[in-house]
Amino acid sequence: MSNRLPDKERKMRKQPVSYRRAFLLNTARAIGLAAMGGLVWSAYVDEVRASELLLRPPGALKEEAFLRTCIKCGMCVEACPYDTLMLAKPGDQKPLGTPYFVPREIPCYMCTDIPCVPVCPSGALDVESVSTDNKLDINSADMGLAVIDHESCIAFWGIQCDACYRACPLLDVAITVEYEKNARTGKHAFLKPVVHADACTGCGLCEHACVTEKAAIFVLPREVAMGKAGTHYIRGWDKKDEQRLEGASSRTTTTEISKKSAVDSLNDTGDLY
Amino acid sequence: MQHLYDKYRFLFLRRLTQVGLLLLYMAGNYFGWTLLMGNLSSSSILELIPLSDPYAVLQMFAAGAVLSTNLLIGAVIIVLFYFVIGGRAFCSWVCPVNMITDAANSLRRMFDFDKIQKKQPASRHIRYWIIGLSLIISMAFGVAAFEFISPVSMVHRGIIFGLGFGWAAMLVIFLFDLFVLKNGWCGHVCPIGGFYSIIGRFSLLRVHHNEEHCTLCMKCKVVCPESQVLHMIGKKSIPVLSGECTNCGRCVEVCDDDALEFSIRKFAEASTPQPLKENI
Repeated sequence: MSNRLPDKERKMRKQPVSYRRAFLLNTARAIGLAAMGGLVWSAYVDEVRASELLLRPPGALKEEAFLRTCIKCGMCVEACPYDTLMLAKPGDQKPLGTPYFVPREIPCYMCTDIPCVPVCPSGALDVESVSTDNKLDINSADMGLAVIDHESCIAFWGIQCDACYRACPLLDVAITVEYEKNARTGKHAFLKPVVHADACTGCGLCEHACVTEKAAIFVLPREVAMGKAGTHYIRGWDKKDEQRLEGASSRTTTTEISKKSAVDSLNDTGDLY
Repeated sequence: MQHLYDKYRFLFLRRLTQVGLLLLYMAGNYFGWTLLMGNLSSSSILELIPLSDPYAVLQMFAAGAVLSTNLLIGAVIIVLFYFVIGGRAFCSWVCPVNMITDAANSLRRMFDFDKIQKKQPASRHIRYWIIGLSLIISMAFGVAAFEFISPVSMVHRGIIFGLGFGWAAMLVIFLFDLFVLKNGWCGHVCPIGGFYSIIGRFSLLRVHHNEEHCTLCMKCKVVCPESQVLHMIGKKSIPVLSGECTNCGRCVEVCDDDALEFSIRKFAEASTPQPLKENI
C-alpha cells in the first residue's frame, strides 16, 4: 500500500482481491443478508402476532402463551362436531394456522365432553382450565365475553326481544333480563338483557341468535371487552375486594406545585382595587 | 412395463406416499378417520402414537413454550426414525412441496432453462443460516418464527384444512424454482430440509455407488436435486454419505448401468480408504 500508483494506472490493473479481503467481504455480505432477512422476517412475525380480536377454542391459554404453544396441527378443528373451529388461512389476516371461531357464523355449542380440548397435543388448549373437580366442565370455559351495544339492541328501544337471553346456554345466569318502565309510552316495559361477566363463557350463541342485521350482542376476547379499575379504587364495603390491595405498592409523588404555598385567592383582593 | 418399473419405481412410490399421507390426513379432517389425524406439524396415529415436527418443537422451545410430553414423544419418534433409518427422506417421500419443486425442476430441464443459467448464484448453506435465524427470532418474539411464514406448513395445512391464499405460496415456490434458482426452495432455502439434513446425517439407508459399473453418462447428476452429494460418481465406490441426500432414488432409477443402488450403509467401506485397483 505504501507505494501508491497513480489513479489511471491503478484502474488499469485489475487485481484480484486478496483472500483476506475476500473473506472479510464474504463475512460482511453474509451478516448483511442475515440482518436484512431477519428484519423483514421479524417485522412480519411482529405484525401477525399483534392480532388480538380472535376468539380461541375453549381452554386456550392466554393469547401470548397460546401463540407460543400452539403447533397448528388442527386436531381441535377436526374434533369439533359443529365445524365451529377453523384454522387461519393465508388471506384471513390472522396468525397463520391457529384455530379460531366466528360466533356469528357458527358459535361454540358447548359440548359437555369438550372434544376439542383433550386432543390438543401441545397443551395450548389446557384441560385443567375447563375442568372443575377433575371433571370436564364446559361452563367453566372462558373464550370471551359478550358485550351489548345499547344503541342497536332493539330491546333497549322498547321492542320486545329476548333472543339472546333464550339462546344463552347458562340461561338466566350469564344473561338476565332487567325490567324497566317505558316512560315514552307510559304503559310498557323495557326488557333489557344484561350480561354477567363472571358467568359468561363467550360461546357466542347469543351473538348467533341476535336478530339485528349486525349483531347488537357480540363476543370479544375478555381482555378487550373489560376495563380494569386498578388498585386506586376499592369497594371498601366489600371485604373480598380489599384483598386486591395485598400486592399493591405505594408511591408518593411530589410535584413542583405542591412545594409552593397555595394562593389565597379569596382573601387576596389586592388586585381588585 | 418393465421400463416403467426400471425408470420410475421410486418416483411412483414417492408420489404414492406423498399423496397417500395427504389423503389420510384429509380423511381425518373430513370423515373423522382416526388412522392419521392432524397434519405434518403434529399428528396422531390411531389416537395413540403422537408424531410431531421436531424443527417446530425446537422453535417452540426457543420461543419459551412449555413443551408437553406428548409433543416431546412425538418429536423423538420422528427424530429417531430419520436418524436411524430414513435420512432426509422426509423431503422427497413426505413433504407435499416436493411435488411442486419437482415439477418446476423437470420443466427447467425440459425447456433447457438449465442451459441458459448454468451457474446458480446462491449457496446451499442458506438453509442452515435460516435455521439459526429462525431460532433467534423465535426467542426474540416468543413465537415459533418459521412456523408463522413456512410455505410448507401453509401448503399441507391448506390441502387438509382449506387453502385460502395458500395457492399463492405454492405458485411463488414454483416460479422461484423455475425462473430464479434451480432447486431454489428445497435445495437452498428451506430450513426444514436443512434440519433433516443434519438429523439424517448418520442414517442407515443410503445410495451406494459402484464405480466399476459407471459409464460417466452423468444422468444421475442431472436429475439429482442435491447434485453436490454425488461427488463420487465415476471416482470412488462409496455410499452417498452427505445428509443433504434426500434418498429420493431418482439417481438409482435413471442409471442405465446399475452403478447406483439403495443399500444399508456399509460402515467398513465408508471408513477405510479405497484400496487401489489392481486388476485394471
